[in-house]
Amino acid sequence: MEPPLRLIAGNPLDQLARTLEALLVVASAPLPVQELAAAADDDPERVEAALGLVAERYREGRSGVVLEHVAGGWAFRASREAAEACARLFERPPQRNLSAAAMETLAIVAYLGPCSRPDIARIRGVAADSAVAGLVERGLIAEAGRDAAAGAIRYRTTPLFERVFGLESLSQLPRLDDLGADAEEIRERLDAVAERRTA
Amino acid sequence: MIVRELDLDLDAFEGPFDLLLTLVLKDELDLRELDVAGIVLAFLERLAEREELDLEACGEFLVLIAALLELKARGLFPDEAAEIAELEPEAAAEELARRLAEYRRMKDAAAWLRERLQREGDRFFRLGPAQLAARVETPLAPQDPEQLAQVIRLLAVEPPQVSLEHMALRFPPVLRFLERFRAVLRRRTRFDFDGEVGRLPRIEQAVAFLALLELRRSGEVTIDQAAPFAPIRVARAGEEFMNRDERTVAWNLRSA
Repeated sequence: MEPPLRLIAGNPLDQLARTLEALLVVASAPLPVQELAAAADDDPERVEAALGLVAERYREGRSGVVLEHVAGGWAFRASREAAEACARLFERPPQRNLSAAAMETLAIVAYLGPCSRPDIARIRGVAADSAVAGLVERGLIAEAGRDAAAGAIRYRTTPLFERVFGLESLSQLPRLDDLGADAEEIRERLDAVAERRTA
Repeated sequence: MIVRELDLDLDAFEGPFDLLLTLVLKDELDLRELDVAGIVLAFLERLAEREELDLEACGEFLVLIAALLELKARGLFPDEAAEIAELEPEAAAEELARRLAEYRRMKDAAAWLRERLQREGDRFFRLGPAQLAARVETPLAPQDPEQLAQVIRLLAVEPPQVSLEHMALRFPPVLRFLERFRAVLRRRTRFDFDGEVGRLPRIEQAVAFLALLELRRSGEVTIDQAAPFAPIRVARAGEEFMNRDERTVAWNLRSA
C-alpha cells in the first residue's frame, strides 16, 4: 500500500515544493529550473532538490498526473494508465499525424537545423515546400533567421517537437553516425519482389 | 501489359501512368514532388503478379522512367549540373554515394522518430501558448497621483478657436471691373493693367483679370505683354499698338 499523497512533513523544502507544484500546474509549457527559481524567488539548487520531491510524489503508478523532465524543462502530463481515457475525451493532436515526407523533413531539421528548404530538398531529392509548411503549421519547426549566403529562411525544431516526442533535449536523438549503416530498405523491397517472382 | 495504363498511388499523384506523363510534359505536375522510386516499385509489383516476363513492357517502361529521372535530376540541380559535370567520373560517383548515404541516414532518423512517436503516443499533456508574464527589467519610479492629475489638467483645456475668416472672403462682381475698364477706355485709348489695379487686394486683382479676359473675348480690347511677368497693356479695339514689332504670335497664344 502506497503512503498517502503528501510530502514528507517537516522537510525544509516542503513549502518550496508546494510553490513549484502550483507554478507547474498553471504553466502550459515546460518550465526550466532557472525560470522556476526566478518565479519562486529561491535558489536553483534548492529548486532542483524540491523538484525531486515533487517528481517522487507525481510519478507513474502513484498519481494520475506525472511530472516529467522534457524539452529542457519540467512539466506535468497525464499518466500512461489514463491515456485511453484521455484519448476518448481529446482529439488526436495533429502533431501525431505525420506523413513519411514530413517525418524525413523533421529528421533533417532536427539533426542539421537550422537549415533551409533548399538544404532539405538537396538531401531528400524532392521539394520540401509543402512538408515544411505542414510542420510549421503543426508547431514542430519554426523559422530561425536566414541563410547568410543565399538568404533562404532557415528552420529549427521547437520545444513542442521535443515535448511531443518525449525528448529531454535534442541530444537524446541517436547519433547520426549510428544511422544509415543497416540494409537499404528499397533493396529489401526489390529483393522481396524478386523472391515473389521466383516463388 | 500496357505500361501506360499502370495504376499509380503516390503522394503527389494518383491515376494512370500516361496521365502522369501528360501532366509532367505540360508542366502541370512538379517533378520534384514525384517519388520516382514509387513508380518503379509499382511497376515491379505489377510485373511480379504476372506469370511471364513481358520484355516489351519492360523496355518501354525503362525508356520512360529514364527520361523522367533525367528531367527530375535536371530540375533538382540546375546550378550544380555544371559543377558535377566538371568532376572526374570517380569523384562524381563518390559525391553521389555521399549524398545517398546522407539521405539514408536521414531516412533512418525519420524511422527512429516515427517509432519514438508511436511509443510516446500515450503521453497526454496540456498544450497552449506560454502565457508567462514579461519580466519588467526597469520598473517605473513611484508615481504621485497628483502629478498625473496635473498632466491631465494640462490636456483638458478648451481647444483654440479655429479661424473662419477665410470663409468670409468677398468677391467683387466681375461687372464692376467691366464697367471700370470701359470707363477708362472711354477716356484713354490704352492703359496699363498693373497701374490700374496694382493697389487692390489680390482677390480683386484676380476678378479684374477675369473682367479683362471677358473684354478681350467680346473684342472690345486688345491685350499686349512683352514677356512673361512684364506689364500687361490694354488697348481699345482698333487702336493698334505703335510698336507692333514687339508682338509675336507665340506670345499672343500664351497670353490668351
